Amino acid sequence: MHDKTIAELATALRGGEVSSVELTEHYLRRIESLDGCLNSLITVTAEQALETARAADDARVRGEAGPLTGVPIVHKDIFCTQGVRTSCASRMLDNFISPYDAGVVERFKAAGCPVLGKTNMDEFAMGSSNETSFYGPVNNPWDTERVPGGSSGGSAAAVAARLAPGATGTDTGGSIRQPAALTGITGLKPTYGRVSRWGMIAFASSLDQGGPMARTAEDCGLMLNVMAGFDARDSTSLERPAEDFNACLNSTLRGLKIGLPREFFGEGMDPGVARVINEAIDFYRKLGAEFVDVDLPHSGLSVPVYYVVAPAECSSNLARFDGVRYGHRCEAPKDLMDLYMRSRGEGFGAEVQRRIMVGTYALSAGYFDAYYLKAQKIRRLIADDFRNAFEQVDVILAPATPTTAFRLGEKTADPVTMYLSDIYTIAVNLAGLPAMSLPAGFAEGLPVGMQLIGNYFDEARLLGVAHQYQMGTEWHQMAPAGFE
Amino acid sequence: MSLSQEQVKKIAYLARLNVQEEDLGIYARTLSDILDFVEQMDGVDTEGVEPMAHPLELSQRLRSDAPTESDQRAHFQRIAPAVEDGLYLVPKVIE
Repeated sequence: MHDKTIAELATALRGGEVSSVELTEHYLRRIESLDGCLNSLITVTAEQALETARAADDARVRGEAGPLTGVPIVHKDIFCTQGVRTSCASRMLDNFISPYDAGVVERFKAAGCPVLGKTNMDEFAMGSSNETSFYGPVNNPWDTERVPGGSSGGSAAAVAARLAPGATGTDTGGSIRQPAALTGITGLKPTYGRVSRWGMIAFASSLDQGGPMARTAEDCGLMLNVMAGFDARDSTSLERPAEDFNACLNSTLRGLKIGLPREFFGEGMDPGVARVINEAIDFYRKLGAEFVDVDLPHSGLSVPVYYVVAPAECSSNLARFDGVRYGHRCEAPKDLMDLYMRSRGEGFGAEVQRRIMVGTYALSAGYFDAYYLKAQKIRRLIADDFRNAFEQVDVILAPATPTTAFRLGEKTADPVTMYLSDIYTIAVNLAGLPAMSLPAGFAEGLPVGMQLIGNYFDEARLLGVAHQYQMGTEWHQMAPAGFE
Repeated sequence: MSLSQEQVKKIAYLARLNVQEEDLGIYARTLSDILDFVEQMDGVDTEGVEPMAHPLELSQRLRSDAPTESDQRAHFQRIAPAVEDGLYLVPKVIE
């Protein structure tokens, strides 16, 4: 049962082959027996999941079931869930029982999806390996001595290990696509503003975007159909007419123009990754797609620009954690300043403190122009590069990551080396574009992700291009040993 | 760009972070590495380029100035570290 995709599970539920309660119990048993060696979940919400499953089965009897009613999922622990701990993988929020639901959580509730639990992640989504979590690292199901990527590492590992058919994630600099690539699943970062940020704990507000993580493009489309939509409570939410993101799954790729950015195929890419991506290019060529070289001359600056913009916004956003209204408070503060300093010093881990300090420095008097303003200017140049490229091509194809999953502890001592693992994903966030990662093969036994980048609002086309690949390949069906 | 431990201490204070003395060295090194890394930006000519704050160049939506929230104080204060009579408690601020 757990080898079925969301689309297949939805069909099985519709046909009465399985009930939502049976399905939910099955996944809960898998979590119980298999997550011990992965640590992909921070909180398991078995009772609530079964309650939703019973309600879903009742709704089906009454003829009130929607497309995903009864399909269990997991939420990244960055999404607020009413009455359930929402930790953001931080000691700061270890005791935080959210008093309200995030917009995304409300939408999956309304869709009738049981929530099996909350997934592990890098603390406040700051990390590329899931090693900054207060609850310990997540292990990659393909090799438990390796990282699953981050920050949505728990969501990626849970889906790859068939502990859940789908998961929510968030992507500020690659946090959906990079872990999807490293664990051999499919993940989509929508256009900035598609998915409500209400109740999604803020890291860098001009970059943060929620999205689906599942095994196939079709499943990501089904989930995005639930997740996307206007929310007046998010000031950057887009007002767009409703659309079916799976509307283009069967569109022909004949004549499709795919751009290959020269800058993404240069030095630094692992030869195994390069081989896999070149095979994917050959596959698309056979389907009738045309390849065009494009230039993204400023993309090499995306990581430095990001590590000014994101820390600056994080230092502002995380100022709300002051030990006064909720979250961690230090013992016996001697005055208000001591309360702030120790609550924050104890509540935040080292990487979060490092980024808050980078941001504080970049925004401080005398440095603002040299750092934040300069970064925002180069950000425009990066976005303009994509605009020019999309005048020539329909989608852009690139690797999702420079290497396959690295070993636990391999990059933790040197932040800049860790930051460079997002070298192929960050430019997309700075530009606000939609992009996805999908499994394209293996290098030395580890999954390799192909990245497809689309123009603004072009999620349906992206999903179609990915689906056509998955119709002709089997990479997305491979399960890690021990989790089949 | 090399930050001294003294500078790190000052930044930590601005950010209201109580950084332990023994951690100042590693923060000084890693923060300096990050600032060195982002210095690559200096080589880019951005003369006349407008800074980009929003990926889609949209301005913030405004709503009419009318109350939209109901009173949920008791609900929200249930998770507060310390409250009394509906007020959040902090150490004495004024002697």
